[in-house]
Amino acid sequence: MSLQSSANEPAIELVGIDKKFGAVHANKNINLSVGKGSIHGIIGENGAGKSTLMSILYGFYHADEGEIRIQGKPVTIRDSQAAIAAGIGMVHQHFMLVENFTVLENVMLGAEGGQLLAKGVAGARKELKRLEKDYGLEVDPDAVIEELPVGSQQRVEILKALYRGAEILILDEPTGVLTPAEADHLFRILQVLRDQGKTIILITHKLREIMAITDTVSVMRRGEMVATRKTAETTVAELAELMVGRRVLLRVEKGDANPGPVLLSVKNLTVKDGRGVTMVDDVSFDVRAGEIVGIAGVAGNGQSELLEALAGIRKPVSGEILIDGKPVEAADPALLRQLGLAHIPEDRHHMGLVLKFEEYENSILGYHHDPRYGHGAMLDLDAIRRQAEEQIEKYDIRPPNPRLKTANFSGGNQQKIVVAREIERDPKMLLIGQPTRGVDIGAIEFIHRRIIEMRDAGKAVLLVSVELDEIRSLSDRILVMFAGKVVGEKSADADEQTLGLMMAGIAA
Amino acid sequence: MEYFDTFVSIMGSAIRLSIPLLFTALAGLFSERAGIFDIGLEGKMLASAFAAACAAYWTGNAWAGLGAGILIAIIFSMLHGFASITNRGNQIVSGVALNFIAAGLTIVLGTAWFNQGGRTGQVPPEGRFSGIILPGADMMRDVPIIGPLYANVISGNNILTYIAFLMVPLSWWVLYRTRFGLRLRAVGENPGAVDTAGVSVVWLRYRALIVTGFLAGFAGTYLAIAQSAAFINNMSAGKGYIALAALIFAKWKPVPVMFACLLFGFLDAFANFMQGKSLPMIGEVPVQIFQALPYILTCVLLAGFIGVARPPKAGGVAYTKER
Amino acid sequence: MSTASVPLPAWINYGVIPLLNLILAFFFSGLVVWAIGENPFEALNFLIQGALGRGDAIGFTLFYATSFIFTGLSVAVAFHAGLFNIGSEGQAYVGGLGAALVALSLDHYVPWYVTMPFAVIGAALFGAAWAFIPAWLQAKRGSHIVITTIMFNFIGAALMVYLLVNVFIVPGKMAPETRTFLAGGQLPKLDWLMALFGMKLGPAPFNVSFIIALVMCYLVWLLIWRTKLGYEMRTLGVSPTAAIYAGIPYVRTVIIAMLISGGLAGMMSLNAVMGASARLQVEFVAGAGFVGIAVSLMGRSHPVGIIFAALLFGILYQGGADLSFEMPNITRDMIVVIQGLVIFFAGALEYMLRPAMVRLYQTATGK
Repeated sequence: MSLQSSANEPAIELVGIDKKFGAVHANKNINLSVGKGSIHGIIGENGAGKSTLMSILYGFYHADEGEIRIQGKPVTIRDSQAAIAAGIGMVHQHFMLVENFTVLENVMLGAEGGQLLAKGVAGARKELKRLEKDYGLEVDPDAVIEELPVGSQQRVEILKALYRGAEILILDEPTGVLTPAEADHLFRILQVLRDQGKTIILITHKLREIMAITDTVSVMRRGEMVATRKTAETTVAELAELMVGRRVLLRVEKGDANPGPVLLSVKNLTVKDGRGVTMVDDVSFDVRAGEIVGIAGVAGNGQSELLEALAGIRKPVSGEILIDGKPVEAADPALLRQLGLAHIPEDRHHMGLVLKFEEYENSILGYHHDPRYGHGAMLDLDAIRRQAEEQIEKYDIRPPNPRLKTANFSGGNQQKIVVAREIERDPKMLLIGQPTRGVDIGAIEFIHRRIIEMRDAGKAVLLVSVELDEIRSLSDRILVMFAGKVVGEKSADADEQTLGLMMAGIAA
Repeated sequence: MEYFDTFVSIMGSAIRLSIPLLFTALAGLFSERAGIFDIGLEGKMLASAFAAACAAYWTGNAWAGLGAGILIAIIFSMLHGFASITNRGNQIVSGVALNFIAAGLTIVLGTAWFNQGGRTGQVPPEGRFSGIILPGADMMRDVPIIGPLYANVISGNNILTYIAFLMVPLSWWVLYRTRFGLRLRAVGENPGAVDTAGVSVVWLRYRALIVTGFLAGFAGTYLAIAQSAAFINNMSAGKGYIALAALIFAKWKPVPVMFACLLFGFLDAFANFMQGKSLPMIGEVPVQIFQALPYILTCVLLAGFIGVARPPKAGGVAYTKER
Repeated sequence: MSTASVPLPAWINYGVIPLLNLILAFFFSGLVVWAIGENPFEALNFLIQGALGRGDAIGFTLFYATSFIFTGLSVAVAFHAGLFNIGSEGQAYVGGLGAALVALSLDHYVPWYVTMPFAVIGAALFGAAWAFIPAWLQAKRGSHIVITTIMFNFIGAALMVYLLVNVFIVPGKMAPETRTFLAGGQLPKLDWLMALFGMKLGPAPFNVSFIIALVMCYLVWLLIWRTKLGYEMRTLGVSPTAAIYAGIPYVRTVIIAMLISGGLAGMMSLNAVMGASARLQVEFVAGAGFVGIAVSLMGRSHPVGIIFAALLFGILYQGGADLSFEMPNITRDMIVVIQGLVIFFAGALEYMLRPAMVRLYQTATGK
């Protein structure tokens, strides 16, 4: 299957690219052809293999098999230098800029034009002027990067690539850090670049962007390139389905919800991330006892920051969090746990677990001051191991060994360790982030059933997941987040398409 | 006039004491700006002092001494690179280890070779760097104020002193005006930016460490065959750490490094001068205050009470290519 | 796939690799010995004879080991909390002031066993106090603790010299040191312990602080693996993000860990000041704080490992002294070289052999 993506000659072709990391098959026999002077989108969920593919193109990884052809000629891309020489430029998701350097210094880095900087500077300035004129990439060459807004920093990344003579420009999730206005600006630049004959590959998981500016689009799923379409001939719905695939539908048997009083209440909450970008923007909602409220949304629309703020990990800029009607005084995870709030974090590797610890040590993380685990200053290891063993049995954690290092458990079993710890505490409220990311089918079902049980036991459950299926099958109410705001609320039986459009920020 | 003579004498001594600091701090500048912490400066200084003394003693040639000092300091620098760049070991641990190896090895080898309890043999005058009288120094001596300053502070120093002060603008020029310098500063801030620009992070950092060794070699040589005429046990006596403090105090910038080293050198000279003397009004000031002052000032700076000392962002961390 | 993530069994990680690193360090030390024209094996024989051959030799070995246990524990405790305390040297030095003050004030009035608990507290308090400022600067202001503890070593040294020269010096004497403590301010030697094994201690200053050191090993073990505080320290040391998630207070944990670390370093002075010289002297620490880094690295920050590593360095220090007597060509400073090589191979190059071991292990197990 090699659908020519444009009438033009292909600028870049991938033939049978294959890459394995140990047991993980990141790229399976990928074939792709992108026409010169077009914008080609590559879309797929987290972990679909998009970034691996692009890293192979830029010489960070080496494909186990397959061939890359640039302008029809086979090339070997051993490192970034070879990629640059082949005319490939890359705009990384996390900018590769030296923050205390000026724009000019960043652009020149690696392409200085001689041993002495003075020689290259005049030429670089002239070239920057030309690029600015040709493509509308206006940036002050003498500005220091860390003082520039994110949108301008990204333009510097594009300038860097063009300055090195890139004909093919790869952008990895370029709008993740941009405001909508900045994103529009970027799209205008990309269109100018295309019109001037550059080839652009846009990696994203945002359907709206694909529809807005690409000429052709490929969909990746679980390491495979599953389809390539002309953008004009496809729809958001088709792409969404291709992205997700025909999944085993995991419908969990559950009765009707029996909502009680409001336990967790959020009022006008605003949260900024580490860079000072507003990620949660004036959000308000309630979660009642005995219901599961699901937060749907494409990754990066503020769900993570919302969850962290509720768990006391991130301090909100403004707004209130109320538990049982009483405002929470401080952003302190320990205090919130005492108030009956349990938290299954999105990132179990860095937050939910200490991977170097033995299993039983992780079974008390955050609850180690509980008198059940020892009086006074001491830990009662017997008691801890006993309850760890009980949890291992009850949650069927394998291998059933509390003394095993946590890193040596599989993803599903690691997640079960976290779930067991948080649920067995019998909390009043439960925050759950991506409960089944990287978890095998069997464990998914098990974890889902536990979550329903929590609801039926009268707990207030807030569920954040980028898996729309998961949100739909578990939630009693669904809130959709887009660009930091809750853009709408739907009942559990809302159809996928409606939710998809809301998630893309198109409908409310 | 008597005060002025004292001042001239302290200043002369301050300059002499600040030279090893200056070479060493500039050495550390190249390493740390490239993202490699180097608390092994002390060891490099010591090892190169020993090598310089040995070579100068055997050949009777000061330049051969300098060459040996530089060579051994570069070897130590490469060991640091092998541990912290190639093997991604802890940079602090590697620095501590190399300091010990230098401290021990110089005495062990020195005793075995010279049988003088760790001292090397007395280096003959032609094997040393001695003072150079600048033109007109004698004529100027009688001119008030600038005369003594010129004759006793500026003139009469050895060639390494003048090289040390030349190294300041040269280091600045290399760091800020050459391709190597641009890349070096970049790799200490964001090695990813250098890597994605198609430049080898590993080779770049090794080159930075070669420069570090080169400059540290001058420092050791100065101690052994310019300031003294032999290697003496532990003759660096913590100067490597003072230089490190000066580097931090100067916020990792070449010209401020010079002023920091002059300040710390002055404190040292002043402490020597004050030994046993008392100040009007205050009485006797313990010399230990002057000895501790460089370290205290550096801590105060690190605490963010005098501006912000922002270390190179990628310092201390081995670069991992995988994303 | 890179070999970094392949798990190796504990006996390779904690047994084979450190042993190989140690062998490498000794191999290069042997090269140095050979280079100066002596026979390395003969030297090794002298070294071991000198450290373990007689009762008094063993006494000296254990005396050195005692100091190294304290400083090794000090480095290890900080390390468990993710902090690199290079300041044990200075903390031990200032800790000596605490011990000396107690000894000087009580030795006239009470027997040693009454003085001892106060001396332990005094030494620990002063050592902890010297660790407090770097700890606070790290926790509150983000100042790199490696740099600040180095600086505090020097500031501490200047302070102690000042106090000894100007305050504690015995009038009319030249040596900058306190008066000699009376028996009430000295820690008695452990003659009886050596006698149990049929050995004579002789002049070796092997004293009661060895027992205090062993107690501290047990307490540190208890702290790190059996208390809530230790659990919090280890969580912070291994995964700062998980510590945030778990609600472990960063500032408090960093400061407490450093206070304990400084306190343990301070206790080293009990051995040197009250157990051996019976007075506070200039530079009595003599590098034991830095040896603690090597001991902690070798012992993998575990008290049992630290005891063994401290014994190893005790053997080096005592045997090295004897060796330099038997082979005048090799000075005592050879042990400093060995120490540096041990830190270099066991610490800085700890990952060097790993890929090879992984390949070997995979071949051997057929995976």
